[in-house]
Amino acid sequence: MSSAFAVEVKNLVKTFGDFTAVNDISFSVPKGEIFAFLGPNGAGKTTTIKMLTTLLRPTSGSLHINGFDPVKEQDSVRKSFGIVFQDPSLDEELTAYENMEFHGILYGVEPNLRHTRIKDLLEIVELSDRKDSFVKTFSGGMRRRLEIARGLLHHPSIFFLDEPTVGLDPQTRNQIWEYIKKLNELEGITIFFTTHYMEEAEKFAGDIAIIDRGKMLTKGTAATLKKQTQTETLEDAFLKLTGHAIRDEEASGADHMRMRRQMFHGKTR
Amino acid sequence: MKTIYILWLRQLKRYSRSRSRIIGSLGQPVLFLFALGFGFGPIFARAGGGNYMNFLAPGVISQGILFTAVFSGIELIWDRQFGFLKETLVAPVGRFEIMLGRTLGGATIAMAQGVIIFFLTLLFGFRPVSVLGLIPAFLIMFLTALFFTALGTAIASMLQDFQGFQLIMNFLVMPMFFLSGSLFPLDSVPGFLKIISVIDPLSYCVDGLRSTLINVSHFGLSLDLVVLTSLSLLTLAIGSYLFSKIEI
Repeated sequence: MSSAFAVEVKNLVKTFGDFTAVNDISFSVPKGEIFAFLGPNGAGKTTTIKMLTTLLRPTSGSLHINGFDPVKEQDSVRKSFGIVFQDPSLDEELTAYENMEFHGILYGVEPNLRHTRIKDLLEIVELSDRKDSFVKTFSGGMRRRLEIARGLLHHPSIFFLDEPTVGLDPQTRNQIWEYIKKLNELEGITIFFTTHYMEEAEKFAGDIAIIDRGKMLTKGTAATLKKQTQTETLEDAFLKLTGHAIRDEEASGADHMRMRRQMFHGKTR
Repeated sequence: MKTIYILWLRQLKRYSRSRSRIIGSLGQPVLFLFALGFGFGPIFARAGGGNYMNFLAPGVISQGILFTAVFSGIELIWDRQFGFLKETLVAPVGRFEIMLGRTLGGATIAMAQGVIIFFLTLLFGFRPVSVLGLIPAFLIMFLTALFFTALGTAIASMLQDFQGFQLIMNFLVMPMFFLSGSLFPLDSVPGFLKIISVIDPLSYCVDGLRSTLINVSHFGLSLDLVVLTSLSLLTLAIGSYLFSKIEI
């Protein structure tokens, strides 16, 4: 089944008990586009990505990734995309190469192809000389680069990046965006990303969608959004649409765990 | 098949690299052998029980397997908290294969731990009656490892974080060890304790090991094998169902 759209979402709803995380949103992303999915903390971005990537089941509405339904055709969907999660998702006790190899085997990439691709990808993200180092010795930027390389190993046609540059210095952010852009241009991979850095969206995205409190507020190019809100910058447009109030995001269990583990192992990371 | 293999291999790599974990988990069995083995030995012999070290060793081996296996299963919570579980869950592979690979990996580790403790007990003076008995003994050890790893995985599938870990240790793992007859003979205990020991899955591991290693049995080896095999299969089935329901 082929579709002109990499991502199609219609009337998507996700509720957790009384709380509606995603409230009836619809949008589509044409193949080959760089698409920015923006919104304040707790807007429903990550929840939407989790539904698109088969990690959560939607309460109602329809979804399609590459023409496949993430609820009914999970494996076809899973083969179609690569993802860099908002939180780290590497095994720190394995080396960079082993993390890549684990991924390659799970995705059924043939051994010879796997070795060549891992070598090439590590080269691209400049981690070749550290391929046999344990991930626990890596800095935040190195981990991100490794996750990007890993997400590309099975040649996905859509790449989800959930805040790929959060907590990174400008040098690393730039470098990462260089790869992403090149990838989009050379391989035609559709990029679907979230970020809190408005300049990233402005600079790299074709279409930008802004959601808040589970609702889609608007969608269009940076220029359209600025015109629509009569503002000078995308940041102003964003603030005008979503308001100035600061959002609380619940502390994740992971934060508590990190502290515990440090106590458990008697060392800090 | 490859999925199962790579998940199994990952568990083994993580284990073999964490030397502190291997040595750390040998501390408890050594302490039991040392304190209880030598401490109760004379009085056990005087009461007509025979060689206490021989009686205790299968219990201590079972304990080592129990703790390592449950912990390996529960480690799933770490994968969930540190994000690695997401990486496996977005992959185009069956949930059952993921669960089975993980569980077999954990069971292999727990089994290895049991074998190491077995050799340690030899240093403390444990003498199995026959070398041939080691083959069924290792089978018992593997089934026990498989069952408790699957149990740990099943429990971990329902937990979000490590808050409940202490609860599981104190109200499930520790009682299973102490009430299994690993430290005392079940033949002459009061009725209520006997009933508890019949419900306790670890009892069948301890009994199976005694039966194969020192020719002493309370339930009989065939019952031990039947119970451990059915429990392993049942828990694997329940565990893979719960695992497939995980949403992150």
